[in-house]
Amino acid sequence: MDLSVKLPGLNLKNPVLPASGCFGNGREFASIYDLSLLGGMVTKSVTPNARFGNPLPRIAEAESGMLNAIGLENKGVDYFREHELPFLEQFDTEVMVSVAGSTIEDYAHVVEHLKGVDVIKAFELNVSCPNVAVGGMAIGTNAEALGKTVAMVKQHADKPVYVKLSPNVTNIVELALAAQDNGADGLVMINTVQGLRMDLRTAKPLLGNVTGGLSGPAIKPIALRMVYQVAQVVHIPIIGCGGISNAEDILEFLYAGASAVQVGAANFIDPWACPKMIEELPSVLEKYNLNSVQEAIGKALPQK
Amino acid sequence: MIESKAKILSNTPLTQDVFKMELETEIATLAKPGQFVQITVPNFYLRRPISVSWVEGNVLTIVYKVLGKGTDKLSSMRPGHALSVLGPLGTGYPIEAKEEVLIVGGGVGTPPMLLTAKAYQDLGAKVHVVLGFNTKDEVFYQKEFEELGITPVICTMDGSMGVQGTVLDGIKANHITCPFVCSCGPLPMLRAIQNTYQDGYISLESRMGCGFGVCLGCVMKTVEGDAVRVCEDGPVFAMGKVVL
Repeated sequence: MDLSVKLPGLNLKNPVLPASGCFGNGREFASIYDLSLLGGMVTKSVTPNARFGNPLPRIAEAESGMLNAIGLENKGVDYFREHELPFLEQFDTEVMVSVAGSTIEDYAHVVEHLKGVDVIKAFELNVSCPNVAVGGMAIGTNAEALGKTVAMVKQHADKPVYVKLSPNVTNIVELALAAQDNGADGLVMINTVQGLRMDLRTAKPLLGNVTGGLSGPAIKPIALRMVYQVAQVVHIPIIGCGGISNAEDILEFLYAGASAVQVGAANFIDPWACPKMIEELPSVLEKYNLNSVQEAIGKALPQK
Repeated sequence: MIESKAKILSNTPLTQDVFKMELETEIATLAKPGQFVQITVPNFYLRRPISVSWVEGNVLTIVYKVLGKGTDKLSSMRPGHALSVLGPLGTGYPIEAKEEVLIVGGGVGTPPMLLTAKAYQDLGAKVHVVLGFNTKDEVFYQKEFEELGITPVICTMDGSMGVQGTVLDGIKANHITCPFVCSCGPLPMLRAIQNTYQDGYISLESRMGCGFGVCLGCVMKTVEGDAVRVCEDGPVFAMGKVVL
């Protein structure tokens, strides 16, 4: 069974990549399985300088999912380049680096400082983090700001640029087109859905950041709907993301128009979730009379 | 870290809302004092982090308090059912030979101290145990420590059993002068311990996403300002290292 997919910058042996923020920078998972099994992986978001993140609690249970409000904790781009990226050179997997910032210039700064690093195959712009006060989702929910950011990053990046879209918008198509029209090489859909939970004992929001991002199976139908809508109007590839827990879920996203998928929260529940899905995928494709991943991509989209 | 389908051997109340569960799992043969496991509760998404209280052969004992819907569901699980358990997780107590060790447990921070007490005992240490609870009805694990040949000092805030007051009052009342302390319990208690002692270790509790160092959902700061993950760098930290 041919599971391979070729996307800008990414030569994926299979369509499964752990999503940003759900895989650290690979070290913890590398101690339990061979990362070379993965089509690719996405690093934790990198910002120009170190960030500590949000006050605790940062995590809460939600129906069929979870809320998180980590707040882009990371040690900054220089530390990342010196101490995290070299570790990933030993694996035969395609590395996407997630880039975040508070201003448009922050994004440009990070990609500029990662120029010429061979292990990086593509960048993913996190313009959709719902858990930071400035930047993040503020950029990703405004078509003009998003377009400017993508255009600026494209001037500085030496690798293809994917844009991770926020679902917290009225018209996802408008944002997808803004990214595409300003030079994005691909889209990742979707980031978490903004949510909130209450602590009944204190009569206050449970998370230290008040709101958080909902992920897990609860958001899968939202993600599928958005991928399906956007796939009908853009000509750049889409990597689907949102609540994927098994190989059947992957196939749903492929049918909806995604060319590959990212797996997020499922890694927390079952640390071996990604290799298991990769192993199951051939038999699932076979079950539905498909001869390759390629054949499944966009199968559900209306014929033009 | 392995994932194991662990069979519930028993699940019985120790107090009104504290339960003891025995699980048949090979994780028992791997777990060290102070480590924890992540348990999937049927119909809930995130795993629940619960400390390892005791191991014997392939039987792992956990003790948990019913605090919300997840632990309430866990308390209703019957022997014979299997639960997905991930573990052992975290960095436990670096057990090393000591002449004397003072073990301090508060409320549901008490369970991991049982295996810790045993480990120090096995290395020849004289082990003192002081346990703190709010009231008599919440006291548990007295018998379990006695089975190790240790008579725990019981403290209750309302004085309904043992020494009235905090664990520090209990230590004072019993003239325990051991300077090396291992402790687990509620934050106010651990703060008081850290303010009083310089030598030893404390074990922290946190809400967790993954439990193995990836999600950064349980990060705290050290006195030097560095970020540490309760799940992976802890839950056991050197006395005075983490800002509480």
